[in-house]
Amino acid sequence: MAEEAQPLPVVSYLKLPENGDPYLEGQKCGSCGSIFLGEREVCSKCGTRGSFDAVKLSNQGKLYVYSIVHRSFPGIEVPYVSAIVDLDGGGTVKGNLIGIDPDPEKIQFGMPVEVVYQDALGRKDREGNSYISYFFQPANG
Amino acid sequence: MSEDVYVVGIDMIKFGRFPERSVPNLAAESALLALDDAGLKIQDIQALWSGNLGQAGAMVGQRMLQEIGQTGIPVVNVANACATGATAFRDAWMSVKAGVYDLVMAVGAEQMGKGLLGGGGGGKGIPKEGLLGSGLMPAVFAEAGHEHSAKYGTTFEQFAKVSVKNHHHSTLNPKAMYQKETPLEMVMGSEMIAYPNTKLMCSVNVDGSAAAVIASEKKAKELGLMDRAVRIKASALASDPWQERDLVMPDVNTCTRIAVKSAYEQAGCGPDDIDLVELHDCFATAEILHYENLGLCGDGEAGKMIDEGATALGGKTPVNVSGGLLSKGHPLGATGIANIYEVSTHLRGEAGKRQVEGARMGMTHVIGLGSACAIHILEKV
Ligand SMILES: [Zn+2]
Repeated sequence: MAEEAQPLPVVSYLKLPENGDPYLEGQKCGSCGSIFLGEREVCSKCGTRGSFDAVKLSNQGKLYVYSIVHRSFPGIEVPYVSAIVDLDGGGTVKGNLIGIDPDPEKIQFGMPVEVVYQDALGRKDREGNSYISYFFQPANG
Repeated sequence: MSEDVYVVGIDMIKFGRFPERSVPNLAAESALLALDDAGLKIQDIQALWSGNLGQAGAMVGQRMLQEIGQTGIPVVNVANACATGATAFRDAWMSVKAGVYDLVMAVGAEQMGKGLLGGGGGGKGIPKEGLLGSGLMPAVFAEAGHEHSAKYGTTFEQFAKVSVKNHHHSTLNPKAMYQKETPLEMVMGSEMIAYPNTKLMCSVNVDGSAAAVIASEKKAKELGLMDRAVRIKASALASDPWQERDLVMPDVNTCTRIAVKSAYEQAGCGPDDIDLVELHDCFATAEILHYENLGLCGDGEAGKMIDEGATALGGKTPVNVSGGLLSKGHPLGATGIANIYEVSTHLRGEAGKRQVEGARMGMTHVIGLGSACAIHILEKV
């Protein structure tokens, strides 16, 4: 019997260490300190080459902006909340905001959120691999 | 400084849905209309810039000439997202400004499917739409609008008022896709696509084309075309500079501000000198942002501006009196030249029921994500 395949990370900057919790990784420019997602050679802010350090991004942040998506491609369940989150200590990421009613009355700009890691809504690739994704949920104290 | 450059012929077709026609065929129709507007023939044109996005690799400009006259002139096919048509116009303008040619044409044409744009993503692994938020255009521009809401408290109702206004304007424009009033309750109550953008707050995907004939001052005088000529006072193009949230949030503001600064400098004027504006209302949320980006009001005052009717026909600075992308329609590659057609028509005093009285100077603005912002300032001769 084949060994059960491990789920894969949904994006390259989501890290799944063998011993330890998942986290998001930023690439920090050694020259200007800008944080990017995913590996790169040159900083698009200052132009410095080959001077990036991998940094562990925070799992805490604040909701910057959002939209509640009611119409999407066929097969994608709606509504969902598309959210842009500024992580504490640097780095901005986009993802689904879960654990809250998709209702503008309930969602506040600047509200504290935390990053959580779960199966990627059951989506699998052509080879049948499953994936781990990241989501945001309200951080209630 | 080299001599001024003028629009001497310009026109557009009524936007609509023409699935049975080809893109070059749509382009050909407005090219002929623009030639007629100037009383010229294709044999008079020295070079052509052709804007189209959907078939960017398919030599649309040459195929258009195969329909209306293969004269052997240089043809450049241009693609620059939603700034495609304006970029073709600008490159044609530059060639005359540089003294390489003195009579050229810019054309923009597009054929659109119905439905949502953006969110493609593709790549390896699994689809990311609805998993890592949304890359669909209505949501992207909803988030851009919400940045304004977060800073200044701009409301869903204020965004919706943009759509009420532009749909109202389009009832006066026979070349708009729609001529239909949409009261506030109708806009806010129409299908929610991506909060706060409802269906009536999203631009209409249509087919269309527009074309302009551009001439040097010497040539325009020689041809006796100065009476209806429109002076191109400024042509500016900017890309998006680095921004903190770039990786996840396209910035439509900064490149607009860079382009407009250059445009005002070239024209030697400021926002108070502008009598009308055609700006990129791809979504109702976007129009609010651009009032401030273009300096039509101070930062944080755009909500008040729409509330007070300052941007409606008859207001201080009428915006999108054509009906805008929201109701006239948004055939990507044609949009930039159609905007220039609208402003030129007002400067010529030929805009009929929607005429902005006494218009002397007007501005056009388009922005394509990725990003490219093109701005032109035009002046009555
Ligand atoms: Zn740097």
